[in-house]
Amino acid sequence: MLKTLRQIATVGIATEPPPAADKSLRLREALQVRILAVLGRALCIREVDAGSCNGCELEIHALNNPLYNLEGLGIRFVASPRHADLLLVTGPVSKHMEVALRRTYDATPDPKLVVAVGDCGCTGGIFGESYASRGRVANVIPVDVAVPGCPPSPTRILQGILAALVRSSGQEPPSSAASDGQKNCESA
Amino acid sequence: MAPRDWWLESAGLPGAPGLRALTVSSGEWTDAAQELAARRARLMAMWASRTEYAAATVHAVFLNDSGALLLNLPVMDTDSPFPGLEQHFPCASRMQRAIADLSGVRASDSDARAWLRHNAWPPDFHPLVDPASRMTDHKAGVDVYPFVRVDGEGVHEIPVGPVHAGIIEPGHFRFSIVGEKVLRLEERFGYAHKGIERRFTELNVLEGHRLAARVSGDSAVVYSWAYCQALEGIAGIEIPKRAAWLRALYLELERIANHLGDLGALGNDAGFAFGLVQFSRLKEKLLRACNEAFGERYLMNTIVPGGTRQDLAKTDALQLQSTVQAIAKEAVVLRTIYDEHEGLRDRFTGAGIVTPELAARLGLTGLPGRASGQMFDLRVDLPCRPYTEVAVAKMGGSAGDVAARVAARFDELHESTRLIDRLLAELPAGPYRESVPLAPAGALGIGLIEGWRGPVLVALETGAGGAITRCHPHDPSWQNWPVLEHAIIGNIVPDFPLINKSFNLSYSGHDL
Repeated sequence: MLKTLRQIATVGIATEPPPAADKSLRLREALQVRILAVLGRALCIREVDAGSCNGCELEIHALNNPLYNLEGLGIRFVASPRHADLLLVTGPVSKHMEVALRRTYDATPDPKLVVAVGDCGCTGGIFGESYASRGRVANVIPVDVAVPGCPPSPTRILQGILAALVRSSGQEPPSSAASDGQKNCESA
Repeated sequence: MAPRDWWLESAGLPGAPGLRALTVSSGEWTDAAQELAARRARLMAMWASRTEYAAATVHAVFLNDSGALLLNLPVMDTDSPFPGLEQHFPCASRMQRAIADLSGVRASDSDARAWLRHNAWPPDFHPLVDPASRMTDHKAGVDVYPFVRVDGEGVHEIPVGPVHAGIIEPGHFRFSIVGEKVLRLEERFGYAHKGIERRFTELNVLEGHRLAARVSGDSAVVYSWAYCQALEGIAGIEIPKRAAWLRALYLELERIANHLGDLGALGNDAGFAFGLVQFSRLKEKLLRACNEAFGERYLMNTIVPGGTRQDLAKTDALQLQSTVQAIAKEAVVLRTIYDEHEGLRDRFTGAGIVTPELAARLGLTGLPGRASGQMFDLRVDLPCRPYTEVAVAKMGGSAGDVAARVAARFDELHESTRLIDRLLAELPAGPYRESVPLAPAGALGIGLIEGWRGPVLVALETGAGGAITRCHPHDPSWQNWPVLEHAIIGNIVPDFPLINKSFNLSYSGHDL
């Protein structure tokens, strides 16, 4: 126990400041205002591997490490699409995952966001479309933000997630998630 | 009659050291399998390809102390099954089912259920043989898979997947349980099947390493190396010494990165979040050091035909060396914490046991194999350069439980740190890449490299003008997934994530 506490004390807080949202990654504008009104910045993400090589999953995992500390931003991964506000989908979408991806999308309550991650999620990547692959995520479900890269770094993925949350007016989400959520609920 | 010496009759094959090949008749195929099994050879991979002289050729690669032996079995009539190998090598079953799905050649073994094919294409379409035009009018039907049912009072099923609760690849697990206890687990895969083997045939041999690196993203180095080893063997070149050392450096970095990730996740799955936080921090440190030295956090593009994409500057090498040493030093502290933590000991010890006998019978391979007494490691058994000069110590044990697989990761982490130290200290001077001449058409080469998960094989067949006519990547997960079904028997359902993680097998590398 002492060793554990000593290690915690020695390491200290490793978390770094988050990157700014990259709005250039956004594909659609329509939903952001509504979603932000409901959520503020307390966001629940359901990750779906729709057929990736697992490279993107490694970098999505990294978002939970203490340096990126995703939960510190009020964003967390949840175990069911029914609890999720945002689907983080990697691809290419294999034909064998097409039905599961559609069902996961349908099970996610409205309003919802979809962020496609990785070159394969964005375009089909090196695998493309074939007898077994439907290619990019947008070929199967509507996509709001697409983050290219093979695999994209955790910073890029985070920028993409934040871009999905930025209001379409171009305003950055305020740092106080709670007060923002309250304000929006009142005005709604 | 004395058993034939199949190795003696065989001829050399380009690619990995110690490779031999022999074309056999159907009767010899069965005899050879029986004799190889009797002499404790291991089945490494099976696949089929099209050949000019037969309707199809089935290939099987076996490993033993003498090296690696490829048996080629020409099949004249695809309507009659070839002799299956399941009786002698249980891991053959799923590989044979995949061959039937993709190449339309069936084995005589009893399990004839589709394996990689669900409903995306019709049963009479064989993607590695038939032209794409043959499946244009296919309408996907309902996907039904006949799982084996367990009957009895109080027995019920828990279906899990293909979308899991965590950030995991897609696959389906069907548990038959009584109370909390697992009576039977049946896996079903193929969800991540994206047509990799067919995609290879649309690429040039000088592009294939990029796809190989993406067969299983966490094993990019080992696959791209195995691919390039096969290609360089066919092209008849030897890569510069410096390139071999750099490739081994990448491979050991990949091993450490994955072990760090697994050790953190294993702590977390046993309820010790501190472990995940600490190890994921160390892994991030390593990935950033890689990014500094190679311009990539994961080394997806660093190995290219003929050598490596880039050189390593002296200053970057020193920086990398000190980062890896610092990580290893912290890992020593964390190992003591893991070892002394009662909660972890309680969850790790005795969970998901695979005895050495069962491991040998089922062909458990790679890191989980070594934790169950199967002390095989291609870096030692069939070493290519630089492992011929930089000797590796095999790490393992015989307890075969989660604790043994955790210990093997700690041991390998330190062994790889030692190797990286040596590789960097003795990095030979000279060029890091050699030009690759046009590969001759109609050649077959095989690469064999021990990745962090286990032995990886890439078989490459060339066509005219640098075309790829066939490329088969084989992941050790093919051998180890079926053993997981045994490891979980009698354990409780909540221990499944922990036991599964202790194997950490690839879905994408298996589904192709």
